[in-house]
Amino acid sequence: MTETMLLVPMRTAKQGVALNAGKLKDAYIQETSTVEFKQEDMDRLGLKTGDRVRLRAGTQEVVVSCKPRKIKIQDTALGIIFMPYGPTTSKLMVDGDTAGTGMPDSKHLMVEIEGPLAQEESDGQ
Amino acid sequence: MDNNISGEPNIKVVKNATCTFCGCVCDDMELTVDLDQKRITKAKNACVLGKAWFFEHSVDESRPLARIDGKEVSLDDAIEEAAQILVNARFPIIYGMSNSTSEAQRETVKMADLLSANIDSTSSVCHGPTGMGLQGVGEPTTTLGEVKNRADMIVYWGCNPSDCHPRLSTHFTVMPKGMYIPNGRKDRTVINVDVRATATSQLSDLFIQTKPGSDFELLWALRILTRGGRLNSTIEEQTGVTIAVIEDLANRLRSCNYGILFFGMGLSMTRGRHYNTSALHMLATDLNEHTHFVVKPARGHGNVTGADTVLSWQTGYPFGINFNRGYPRHEPGEFTTTDILTRGEADAACIIASDPIANFAKPAIDHLKKIPVISFDPKPTPTSEMARVAFTTSCYGINTPGTVYRMDDIPIPLRPAFESPFPSDQEILIPLIKRIRELKSVSSAAA
Repeated sequence: MTETMLLVPMRTAKQGVALNAGKLKDAYIQETSTVEFKQEDMDRLGLKTGDRVRLRAGTQEVVVSCKPRKIKIQDTALGIIFMPYGPTTSKLMVDGDTAGTGMPDSKHLMVEIEGPLAQEESDGQ
Repeated sequence: MDNNISGEPNIKVVKNATCTFCGCVCDDMELTVDLDQKRITKAKNACVLGKAWFFEHSVDESRPLARIDGKEVSLDDAIEEAAQILVNARFPIIYGMSNSTSEAQRETVKMADLLSANIDSTSSVCHGPTGMGLQGVGEPTTTLGEVKNRADMIVYWGCNPSDCHPRLSTHFTVMPKGMYIPNGRKDRTVINVDVRATATSQLSDLFIQTKPGSDFELLWALRILTRGGRLNSTIEEQTGVTIAVIEDLANRLRSCNYGILFFGMGLSMTRGRHYNTSALHMLATDLNEHTHFVVKPARGHGNVTGADTVLSWQTGYPFGINFNRGYPRHEPGEFTTTDILTRGEADAACIIASDPIANFAKPAIDHLKKIPVISFDPKPTPTSEMARVAFTTSCYGINTPGTVYRMDDIPIPLRPAFESPFPSDQEILIPLIKRIRELKSVSSAAA
């Protein structure tokens, strides 16, 4: 199933801890390659925790794991996904335009989501 | 001397040490240091991020001091290669500096001036738009000490300090008791405005969820109410927030004794950028007709505020500065690093304590991979691993003394925990600048 959603890159404490251990280590790579959905969006797309999904922006695409957001208070943000900043979100930031500010539109990336991917399709990435 | 021959653990305790991981720059750390192992074993008062910062920065003596194209070389050879690259470039750029001391930042500006280079800090992809906004409308500012002692209204807008600056709330803003806030948390109201619920929303009294990209409209609506106007019902569709909630928020902001608006990348990295941050500053100015209100960006890197400060006092501008005419010019969009790289203009880059390969936009990264890069970093990163010349440096605050600026522009001294065999950024920059000066004088004489 394919759907277009808004990807908002963000920071997490886990990412902050992992980058101190090292950006080339598994913990950092894993944390910055896991996308968070609202549970309702995961259910609608038929996704389970740990499933692999393809995110596509322009000519670029990445394959990442997915998990539900842990939300303890009311949150209405359907159709928005979140992923910690890192090499993966950078790859999806296909537009270097900064509107004359120096700052790309880093927190507003429209991506096409395809998934869940079959194991062999996911391994090919 | 750190060598231990007695067989007893060689332990040192450093009181009032400073954590340089994030912009809070907490200076009440008590570090227990194993001098034999060259590592910190306890970090009293540190948050989860601070603990990771201190515990993960032991010294790895197996790492080469310097490399050229991945091969280990002497420091002198690496400095010679870096100097040749920078002197022979037509459009060298210098970028980063936010994880370095202000003393090293000052040397970096000197190097940019000498090379007629472009210089920019990580601010340009952080709170650069905040700098642009406040240049236009002014900054009702404060210190974290004043917030601790006086603020009864804390607003976190487009930021999540619970994950990114864990001690901002517990040490400075929400939880502590202050001179005029005798009951601490009970005397304060905390409001979080964001596109998503976060851990910060959970500690807040009120969470207001906005549609992505509608911060400017919501801030302007609050300005209208603060100045006595009325809202059009279209604001609900634009922002996803009802007029009743906006009016309630405006009333709360007007009726506090001392309020502060902390804000983050939710404003500066989204549609509107500097217009968003301008609107926030103007809202605080408007609120000063009713009560006392201030603004403070929640800064990320430990000395990104120092980068803005040092660049401002040395060049007149906080980021995005070009020296190619022999004097500093500032133009966001033209002299900011993402733009220069995306346009493919730079032909050499010196990256000081930063990792643009891991967080720039793809077109900028693509160009950076085509040109010679010089990297200063205590740890291996995607940038250091692709650099033509890579220096391994000591870690500021843990090994290197100096000064950093807290997010409220307060300079804080560093108390290092143990010595590193690796040089500091400043200790590499000084001989590098000396060599650049020699090469420039030879080429001037030849001309």
